[in-house]
Amino acid sequence: MFPVLIAVVVWLAAWWLNVRIAGSAWRDSRAGRLAVPVIFGITVLVVWECLVLGLRVSPVILPAPTAIAARFAVSTEVLWGDFVQTALKGAVSGYVIGCGAAFLVSLAIDRSPFLQRGLLPIGNFVAALPIVGTAPILVNWFGFDWQSKAAVVVVMVFFPMLVNTVQGFADTTAMQRDLMRTYSANYWQTLLKLRLPAAMPFIFNGLKISTTLALIGAIVAEYFGSPTRGMGFRISTEVGVLGLDMVWAEITVAAIAGSSFYGAVALMERGATFWHPSQRS
Amino acid sequence: MFPCVPNRATRLEQGGKVRRGQCPDPPRFAGRCMPLPVASGPKPPKGMDGDALSRLFPILTVLAALVAVWYAGSVWMNSGWTLAQAERSGQELSLSEIVADAMVQERPRLPPPHQVLAELKKTVIDTKVTSKRSLVFHSWITLSSTLAGFTLGTLVGILAAVGIVYSRTLKMALMPWAIISQTIPIVAIAPMIIVVLASMGVEGRAVPKAIISAYLCYFPVLVGMSKGLRSPDGMQLDLLKTYGANGRQTFWKLRFPSSMPYFFTSLKIGVAAALVGTIVGELPTGAIRGLGARILIGDQFGNPIMIWAALIMAACLAAALVGTVAGLQRVTARRMGFSR
Repeated sequence: MFPVLIAVVVWLAAWWLNVRIAGSAWRDSRAGRLAVPVIFGITVLVVWECLVLGLRVSPVILPAPTAIAARFAVSTEVLWGDFVQTALKGAVSGYVIGCGAAFLVSLAIDRSPFLQRGLLPIGNFVAALPIVGTAPILVNWFGFDWQSKAAVVVVMVFFPMLVNTVQGFADTTAMQRDLMRTYSANYWQTLLKLRLPAAMPFIFNGLKISTTLALIGAIVAEYFGSPTRGMGFRISTEVGVLGLDMVWAEITVAAIAGSSFYGAVALMERGATFWHPSQRS
Repeated sequence: MFPCVPNRATRLEQGGKVRRGQCPDPPRFAGRCMPLPVASGPKPPKGMDGDALSRLFPILTVLAALVAVWYAGSVWMNSGWTLAQAERSGQELSLSEIVADAMVQERPRLPPPHQVLAELKKTVIDTKVTSKRSLVFHSWITLSSTLAGFTLGTLVGILAAVGIVYSRTLKMALMPWAIISQTIPIVAIAPMIIVVLASMGVEGRAVPKAIISAYLCYFPVLVGMSKGLRSPDGMQLDLLKTYGANGRQTFWKLRFPSSMPYFFTSLKIGVAAALVGTIVGELPTGAIRGLGARILIGDQFGNPIMIWAALIMAACLAAALVGTVAGLQRVTARRMGFSR
């Protein structure tokens, strides 16, 4: 029972520390904003470790963080191979194709009010559908390798991206458009100088939503058939043989991949929409 | 819908209080927008007269075009099999024969719409609801898990939002992790949740599915509610202070009612996300009941018509769920005097 006691003590101490930081002068500083969640995260890990030790949880149910870390360190090569297969080949290529296609289609839609009125409600509807269900069909069509994963990702990211982009293009006021007209700007000039910049926050919103969807799509598609590597493949086979430490190692990879993918897009957004109120702190 | 980019729908729901191009409440954690599982877009622009026909006509046209594309696609994709058969037997086929064959294949690569409709009719109307072949039965399984997960996720989301609004420590500690939790692909965790719960003695798949859908659904509610609970401005809070209202009264009489528009907007996203979560929970886990399981079985038995029918059914379910929440929103808004 001793480790459980340690867990309780660590939890209380860390919470006290966080309350002190949040109440202190540097709660608004960068260090303070970073320290609080980091302390919280470390506490969760320590408590997890202690509880697994203290309550003698079977590794089949929940492996300890140290066991997961050890497994991670041993099998970096396998994990890297899976990452390349799923995240880089499947998710990123599908993401680029899907978002690119959605952007082009939304440009076309934007020129036709009729299409806007017809496609947008449908796009909105489709964006709320469980599109992951099409994964087996697409795997059937495009084969087991990364092409089918990319296809699932394309279908998944297309509609959220489309809806956001079209919405962004509509986000200029009549006054602003009139101003462009008094400058006698043509369609392309108006697009490049006014409407595209105005649409940027919406476009990046769509891009950010799509990052998560892309990874989900690539992993689910692997459950329906894949070559003998890939994150989804590894997870489903390791769950089958109860190698939960490997599963957690894959989840760690997925979390790192997902967060850095999202973070990269968010960084790009910072650069591209530095003028938007949401980017000023 | 509520990331920091204000969109038309939010602006409308707040009675146009938000000025154009300005965040209603710029989310301050890390100064960035948040990911959302599902995007949701603007209301369709109203026609000049705003009557139903002028709004429906473009939608119907696009739908008709989609069906036409679907038929063309199924002819194109199914023709491969037909041509291979013909070549083997040394026949020459005319175009009309290829088209006719594409419409009636047993295992088409892309079943044409009428085959899917026939399958839907067979499994929805002609089969008894209690039968395991009835799609209504499978929809019910999926629906019940979705609702359980949705309720759980919404409760967790609301509680976390209240905690975040009232405790700075919680906000600083939790919010970054909540965002990171959404960048982890849930499907990576789905098989594990099921195995772990099974080894802990939880029978059946209802609980793991509900947990997965709650995981997807809590985040929109958390974000929307933490924004909504903070939406009363200083003036309103000051007024309550001059009334001598205590914390609980401020919460129930001001913060909670004014969070309602945000609440329902996030519920709409949350319920769609919960359905996605349930179906994802059914897909990779060898479930035998539920719409996701129908998709899985259809895949294993090489029966695309079955997959498509289950997909259409899932779409109808999503529409019904979102529609119900939207209806609730309208009723509540009218009762509370929010509607214009």
